[in-house]
Amino acid sequence: MAAPRELKITPIKNGTVIDHIGNGLSLEVLRIIGVGDLDKDSTVSVALHVRSQKMGWKDIVKVENMELSPRKVNAIALIAPTATISIIRDYKVREKRTVDLPERIVGVARCPNPNCITNRGEPVESEFDVARRRPVVLRCIYCERQMDDFLSHLI
Amino acid sequence: MALKGRDIISIRDLSREEIEEVLKVAHRMIPIAEGSKIDRRLDGIILALAFLEPSTRTRLSFETAAQRLGARCITIADPATSSVVKGETLSDTVRMLSGYADALVLRHPNEGAARLAAEMSDKPVINAGDGAGQHPTQTLLDLATIQEAHGTLSGLRVVLLGDLKYGRTVHSLAHALALFGAEMVLISPPSLKLPDEVTEHLDQLGARVREEEQLHRAVRDADVLYVTRIQKERFGDEAEYAKVAGSYRIDNSVLAGAKQRLIVMHPLPRLGEIAPEVDGSPHAAYFRQAFLGVPVRMALLSLVLKGKGA
Repeated sequence: MAAPRELKITPIKNGTVIDHIGNGLSLEVLRIIGVGDLDKDSTVSVALHVRSQKMGWKDIVKVENMELSPRKVNAIALIAPTATISIIRDYKVREKRTVDLPERIVGVARCPNPNCITNRGEPVESEFDVARRRPVVLRCIYCERQMDDFLSHLI
Repeated sequence: MALKGRDIISIRDLSREEIEEVLKVAHRMIPIAEGSKIDRRLDGIILALAFLEPSTRTRLSFETAAQRLGARCITIADPATSSVVKGETLSDTVRMLSGYADALVLRHPNEGAARLAAEMSDKPVINAGDGAGQHPTQTLLDLATIQEAHGTLSGLRVVLLGDLKYGRTVHSLAHALALFGAEMVLISPPSLKLPDEVTEHLDQLGARVREEEQLHRAVRDADVLYVTRIQKERFGDEAEYAKVAGSYRIDNSVLAGAKQRLIVMHPLPRLGEIAPEVDGSPHAAYFRQAFLGVPVRMALLSLVLKGKGA
């Protein structure tokens, strides 16, 4: 007889499930989502170090009553490129997709070059193009500096 | 050729054909730059020179280029005398100047400033150096010097010597040389080697690049020796700097075994990298290189503002 399936996180009625987050990166994902901005009735569930057939170990984040903006999805794509995002409506998965890095990444991370014009108080958002996809390397479209350490530069 | 109205921010914005067009027009500008021919094709044009970081040489060369062709200049020569010291953003300065002038030449201490200026301005922006970033007109005048001396840019062996890590002129020049299929030989102190991302970029362009340790050996079969400044502040202690700087100094004994047609180039100002005794040798091309900055900038202004170089 198969072992009973153990439910570690309860299902949500409406909201977003971010699955297949790299092991240990869920807290960064929470920071991107901006938990402080959520509806006070929303529950956020985080599962760390969950067994995964595909990945060995993974993290999962579930957020009630929220759908992610494209900008937040881009930020998640940077730090957790393996993540999948499911939109839940009335307990059912209405949409499921992987995170895709777009050609241009706007307003998600600061340029690591302190002397870059985007770090000098100008009315401009940071903007990067993708110099390399595996592993991801971004290039600032202004100063052309390359960046592969996104965690410490997220806005 | 579609350079009319274009921003010139980085040498990477120009194709090989566009670079060739600029060099061809620059060659035709030489008699006008020398003052032996009069040409007022930019009569009525106002050029804004915003030098928010002082640079006398580049500013005077742009002013000369504009005035030789009949344009007038409005100039911020020193940020201390402009509203920048009151805290005005570059974006506002640029929007104001683009309302006054037909094109903008910008020098700025921050990398990426020219790209931002181009977004803010509805007039063409020419980058005259942004921090440690791009300086495309320097690269164009470097190429003009090589082309004038050798009649071509292809198939040459170019030695790049000195600070290959921080020297922005070298990165842009290496990109352009790769477009033209020149072979590059790199000589630098271990701590000042070409950065990996530049090397990778050159690989992607299919460039032939190799490193060399012996200066004499590299010079022997070179067509161009491009010397850059090695700055004192890159070294922890004075003695180490003196040792490195001394081992890369070019004098007549270094050039003794060189090809007759070798040219020695330097973006200037030099700080002892090239001995004054070399100035009188037929190899010395650095003052000609500085002069060619004028016809190259004339060509660029003409192409950007009028769309024609004839």
